[in-house]
Order: sequence, then structure tokens, then C-alpha cells
Amino acid sequence: MIDAEHFRRLAEPLLASPGADETEVVLIGTDSSLTRFANSAIHQNVVERNAEVRVRAVVGTRVGVATTNDLSERSLERVARRAIQSAYRQPDNPGFPGLPEPSFAAQVDGFRADTAECTPERRAEMVRVLCNLAREKTLMASGALTTESAVLGVANSRGVFAHQPTSRANILTVMMDDEGSGYAERSDRSIDAIDAEGAAREAIGNAERGRGAISLEPGNYPVVLGEYAVAELLTYLAYIGFGALAYQEGTSFLRGKLGTPIVDERISIWDDGRDERGLPTGFDFEGVPKQRVDLVVQGVAIGVVYDSATAARDGRASTGHALPAPNPSGPLPTHLQMGAGETPKAELGRDIQRGLWISRFHYVNVVKSESAVLTGLTRDGTFLIENGEIGRPVKNLRFTQAVLDAWVGLGALGSERALVESWGGAVLVPAMRLEAFSFTGVSET
Amino acid sequence: MKDLTDRALDAATAAGARYADVRLERLERQVIVVKNGRSDGISEGEEVGFGVRVIADGAWGFAASSRVEPGEIDRVARLAVRVARASASTWRRPVDLGERITSIGAYATPVRQDPFAVSIDDKLAVLLAADAEMRSEPEIAVSEGSFECQRLHKILATTEGSWIHQTLVETGGGIEALAVDADDAQRRSFPNSFGRHHATAGYEHFLAMDLPGNGRRIAAQAAQLLTAKPCPTEVTTLVLDPSQIALQVHESCGHPIELDRVFGEEASYAGTSFLTLDKRGAFRYGSEHVTIVADATILGGMGTFGFDDEGVAAQRTTIVEHGLFRNYLSSRETAARLGEPSNGTMRADGWSRIPLVRMTNVNLEPGDVSFDDLIADTDRGIYAQTNKSWSIDDRRLNFQFGTEIGWEIRNGKLGGMLKNLTYTGSTPRFWGSCDAVCREWSMWGTPNCGKGQPSQTAHVGHGASAGRFREVQVGVAR
Repeated sequence: MIDAEHFRRLAEPLLASPGADETEVVLIGTDSSLTRFANSAIHQNVVERNAEVRVRAVVGTRVGVATTNDLSERSLERVARRAIQSAYRQPDNPGFPGLPEPSFAAQVDGFRADTAECTPERRAEMVRVLCNLAREKTLMASGALTTESAVLGVANSRGVFAHQPTSRANILTVMMDDEGSGYAERSDRSIDAIDAEGAAREAIGNAERGRGAISLEPGNYPVVLGEYAVAELLTYLAYIGFGALAYQEGTSFLRGKLGTPIVDERISIWDDGRDERGLPTGFDFEGVPKQRVDLVVQGVAIGVVYDSATAARDGRASTGHALPAPNPSGPLPTHLQMGAGETPKAELGRDIQRGLWISRFHYVNVVKSESAVLTGLTRDGTFLIENGEIGRPVKNLRFTQAVLDAWVGLGALGSERALVESWGGAVLVPAMRLEAFSFTGVSET
Repeated sequence: MKDLTDRALDAATAAGARYADVRLERLERQVIVVKNGRSDGISEGEEVGFGVRVIADGAWGFAASSRVEPGEIDRVARLAVRVARASASTWRRPVDLGERITSIGAYATPVRQDPFAVSIDDKLAVLLAADAEMRSEPEIAVSEGSFECQRLHKILATTEGSWIHQTLVETGGGIEALAVDADDAQRRSFPNSFGRHHATAGYEHFLAMDLPGNGRRIAAQAAQLLTAKPCPTEVTTLVLDPSQIALQVHESCGHPIELDRVFGEEASYAGTSFLTLDKRGAFRYGSEHVTIVADATILGGMGTFGFDDEGVAAQRTTIVEHGLFRNYLSSRETAARLGEPSNGTMRADGWSRIPLVRMTNVNLEPGDVSFDDLIADTDRGIYAQTNKSWSIDDRRLNFQFGTEIGWEIRNGKLGGMLKNLTYTGSTPRFWGSCDAVCREWSMWGTPNCGKGQPSQTAHVGHGASAGRFREVQVGVAR
């Protein structure tokens, strides 16, 4: 792990490189381990150490980026030269606002030593316990246990200097036999907080209940979406519409809708990278402190997240959501939350006469960004709800649905929330009941 | 370099590995993006590292590091053995790699013009010219073009005696135009969507796309799509263009023939496969017009190389022969479970990842009808072009795709333009409904094939022609 002083020693000569008006140095270091299992045995088991330095050189309004993971003095000098040369070769980019100025970023507690120090033997033991639970139920366990410690450092020639270690532990598992399957996952900064056995029992429960699935005709059904399913939808919404670039270019589903109701008034969505209930991080890849950004408040679309380039275009300040430059995709919220409701999860289906309980979605993709139409399939636990009770398992169904339209028809929000890993972070969401969800096909699985 | 690879293999053996391999890699990469008439950033990267894969106590272990130094090589090799021994605590069937592989050789991508030797100015000039063409259309809100190239040097050494040096060069790029009005936004891309028309080739591949010559055309199509009719909801005849066929092959054939997936090794992530072992040689995957091969030897494909990451020489394997399912993609370990040699498809996404069974170039073989004759022979249907959306279930049966654009086919002629085109089906029924494959054939590169945990992105190829499919449900999402 490269500590703050080591990063400073790496960065300072690069920031002083002659030829650039401004320079930014980003360090991304990871020590990552993943123990993967299938058929109730470990079949892949990997450990990786890497550290990459990215130099962004600015000449006037021209920007060049060069990267390397060879941190020798000679290599770093070369990468700085290449970034400057790239910048000089480009035409002017009048929209480039310059590198961010320094601003105060309070430390965020995103690191746990127990995760960083987790051994291969401990990972294997956790997996062994989980596989044994599967065998007891004549199920096959598959999944992955990840432990990762990482460091992000950002320094620029305007005075930004930020350095933060983080850690991440995650276990996910699918328990299955020829007739049914169930899924569960757990995430935390600390491996000590990961309840692998609890995840196993959750997945086993759905797998056992999933035996003997029936086919259901496609159509509109009221549904209860479990936290994994809600997290998947919210993550895709973030990708296609909660970033400023998509809004500015006209492809966001929020275009023309800021300040207006877009979903049920009980739904509020925000991004908060500093919330320690998630996998917190204090600043973005430009060194800008992460702000809490309200995206939807009581059903009304309020805002989008910004990096420095999109913020300058709208005459605003960055909200601390930049990805590594160059980034044609724009800023992205990676620590989303949806507020909880008042209904215990177990009671969400009580008012449904005939509908579906959906644990999880699979292979979701965007059909049309502008109207937030997504498609995907149910997986690892789809059940019929009849007269308020969860009953027979159902074969997987394909949905094609404008998500915001479905969320207008919110029935209830769960009172508990679960942390679910997503692109670059994690989301914290409740389960929800929806009055209608559109299923357009039936899978044979 | 041999001193470093020997050191890794010796350290692993001394620590107790009965088999070890080491891959030492160096990757150079350049990406140029132009957006709305301006450079949106140039990125040049280099990456080095090595990974040591071992079998100890009958189980797999792997460790990797970016620090290519003697002390680190020793640490990583010993760690890989420790990881393998931890794996063995749950492992019930010792890993069997089958026959020894002792390949010694070298391979380099044939390149006419080194993409790194061409100046950034020249590349920018092509992209800016294409951008200007796209922006001549007033409805275009966003125009974007990209160039990308990479050169990968990799050395594989194994305790069985393999020593292989390969230099793989890839070049690619594309353009896209986004038209926006008060009610809608529509995108057109060329030659393929998501900037993914890549090849193992040099700068000649980028120039051959003629991006400036196609900029105005695709921008005009994006603008026309704003007022085009939406795809109807109906069951009809569907003609797919080669690029969409390529993705259809990728999702509905390329993934389910991965033998590790068939054995359940991807169950927790992307799923399993409907092409179970009992179906080999006995299952009708498609119609007689459907022949699919996996060919790592063909020039230009993104899945073209000399040897895979287990040292197995590149091969051509028949997967589907006139509709009959024949074979899988395999590794040494998975093939050994069938008592067969590997057909050479193990590839890793860089030095820090283990090799997995990956598509090479999984190609739909050409038919004998011309595209013009195919359209002329179609009374009523839809012609769909350029992928926009894709999704398929966890056994690779139920799929749904969207394309950027379509046209009605009426009385043997292309007619009105259609937008928001989607179609859905089930894999064997869909390929069983194929009643024609065109003879015009081209290679498409997919540099974003995801698989595995930790996530790996493979670069794979698909040769494809346009094809016709009967009784397909279209217009799922209007």
C-alpha cells in the first residue's frame, strides 16, 4: 500500500514537470484477492497487486493523459513527458475549465485493516463453511469472496492533494440444483462484518423454495422487488440519466423534467459517497470532495451529479463525481441510496392478490435511455404471490419496462435497506412493491 | 526475460507446485476521442506485470504483480502456491491438464502500417474530418469519433517446457452521431456501435473504415430516425445485418459453447449453458443454413493469435455443422474431463488475470445468396442494422436485442425507415428459423466481452453475413 508520504514523493516531481501549465497526478493502487467457487469447491483463487499512475497535463486548454504502472523514476518521467506531448498535439478545447482548485475534504473512514490482512486460508475457510451448508441441503454452491484494499491519491499543480485508503469485502453466492436456485450477497468495509453463513442460508432458502417452478404467461403483474432487484434498476438509472453529461446532451430521462414529479412521492434518491453505511470514499478522481447530491426528493427530480467539466458548462461547482480522465462518459453517481419506507419486507406482498416476488434481475440492459426503458430477466428466486402469500416458484421471466413509469405506481417501500455492490461503489436500497411491471417473455430456465 | 520466467517457475516448484506457468506482459495503448469538433482527450498508457499460475496439492492458485523484480517474482510465486493450498481445502477432484504441452514458438500479428508509428496529428485529422461531416447535419447534438490501438507483448513459460513469445496488435475505432429534438433522441453509429469495430491489424484497418466518407450519411440517418415510424409489434420475417448477426452469434452461440460454463464454473455470475454434454453431436442448434466455426487462425479477427495462454496452438474447430451442434470451446482442464485435447481457447485479460475459456473468432460461415437477392426474395419483413441493446438469460436461451435502425421490406424492396427496433426469441428456435445466409461476409471485432470474477474483458471476433429469419417477434418495447 502506497501511503500519503510515498504518494507525495512520487507526485511532486511530476507536478513540477516543465512544459505544462497545469498537471494532475492520480494514483490508483489495489491489493485484491478473490476466491471463487463452483460445484461446491474452490476452482479459481487469485491475488493481485497493482499500482497505476495517471498524469494529466494541461497546456492552455489542451489536455493529454498518459498512464503507467511502472513506478520507477525513469518510467514516471517518461509518462509525464508523454502527457505533455499529447497535450501539445491537440487542438484547443475552449470548454476545458482547468484543473480543480483545492477544497477541504474531511477524512472518511473507508478502510479496515482486517480486510487488508485477510489471508487465503481465511477466505478458503469461509467458503468451505458455505459449501458445507450447501452439501447438507444437496445443493451446489457457487460464488466469490473478494477482499480488497485500495488507495486513491490525487494531486495537482493548483494545490490539490488527497490520499485515501479504502477496503472492500464482498461475498456473493448462488445455491442451486437442477430445479431451483437462490442468490445472496453481503458487502462491507470489514471482512469481520461479512456474514457468509447468513448469505448462504438466504440463498439456500430461495433455492429450496424454487424447486418445481411453473411457467407464467407474460403480462403486467404487481410485483415485490427485493433489494438486489431494486439495486440493479437504480444502478442502470444512474448510468443512463443521473450524470450531468447525459442531461446536457439530451439522452437522460431527466431531460426537461428537473423540478417536476417523475416517480411516486415516497421515493427519494440521493448519492452520498461519504456515508459510512456504504463503502465510503472522500473524494473523486479529480480530488474534489464528494458532496451529497439529492437526485429525487419525494418523487421530484432535483438534480444530477457533476465533474469539473460538466459543472463549468452549467456554471456550477463539481459535486465530486469525476471518473478518471479522459472520460467521455461524464460523471457518475456510485454511492446511491434510496430512502426506506415503513413496510416490513415480509409484508410487502400482503396486498397483492396475484403477482410476483422477484429476488434478483439478470443481464439488464438499456432499451431506450431517454425514457428509461430497460430489459432483463428474473433469476435465482421468482415466486408467485397469491392472496398476499408467497407461493409457487415461477420460471424466469423477461421484463421490458420504463422504470420511472413503474415507480410512479409504487405500492410500498420496505422499511429495511440492504447494501448491494455496484459499479465503482455500492448502493443502499429497500425492497419495494409496485402495482404493475411489464413482463414480455418467458425463459425456459 | 528467460531469467525472470525461470525464476518464477523455479520459485513455484520449490514451494511445492507440481505445475506452474508464468505470463510476463507489456501492454501499450493509445486512445483518441474527438467530440463535437474538439479533441476530448488523448490517452497513452503502458502497463507491465506478470502472473504465476500453479497447481499445488491438486488445486489452482494464482498471484500477480505489476512489479517485475526478482524479489517480487519470488514472493508472488510462493504466494500462488499458498493460495493453491488454500484452494485444496475444499477441492475434491485434483486438476488434470491432460497431455503435456511443450510448445516453443513465436507469433506476431501481421501489420501493414504500425498504428503507433502514425502521428497523432494524422489520426486527429481523420476523426475531425468525420466529425465535421456529421455536424453538417443540423439536428446532430453530439458527434463523436474514436481511434484506439494497442500492442501486447507477452511471454508464456511453463514447467512443462513451453516458451512462447507473442506480439498482438489491435487497431479500431468508429463514429457516432446523436440527433435530438424536443421529443426524442436517436443515435447512429458506424461501422459498429459502442465504438467497437476493432481488428488484429495495423493502421490500415482504421483507414479502410473511411469514417469521413460515412459521417454525413449516418448523421442524416440519425436525424431521419427522429421522425421515423416506430417498429411495429408483430411476428414477421427479420433480416439482420452482419454486425447484428455477429452479436447474435456472440451471445447465443459463443457463450453457451464455453466448456467451463457448461461445467458450471460461471454459474454464480453469467450463468450456465443450455448446450449440455448430452447435446453434443445430437442437438439441432439451427437450420441447415447455419454452420459456425471457432477459428483463431483467420487473419484480422480479434480472437486471432498463435497460441492460447496455456501454450496450445491456435485452431479452427467446427461448432455447428449445417445446424447440428458439434463441439465446444475448451481448455486443457475442461477438455481433459472429456478425454480430449484442448482446442486452444484459454485467454486472460492481461497479466493480472487467469486464463478462461474465451471465444476466439466464432464465425457464421457464409451462404450463397447475395444480399440484394435476399431482399428481392423477401415479400414482407424488416431489415435491422447495428446493435443498440442486448440481453440474454442465464442459460443463453431467451434473448432480446435492439438495433439502431431498421427498414420495412415490402415486395422485395427496402422501404420506410423504422426506429426503436427490438426483437426477441429463443436460441434454437431462432437459428432454426434461418432460411438464408448471404455470401457477403465480413469480420467484426468485439473488444468488450465480459466474463469471470474478477471481471475480465476479452477481445473476440465474429465473421458474419446478413441472414434471414422467419416468424420472429419484433417490436417488444414501443
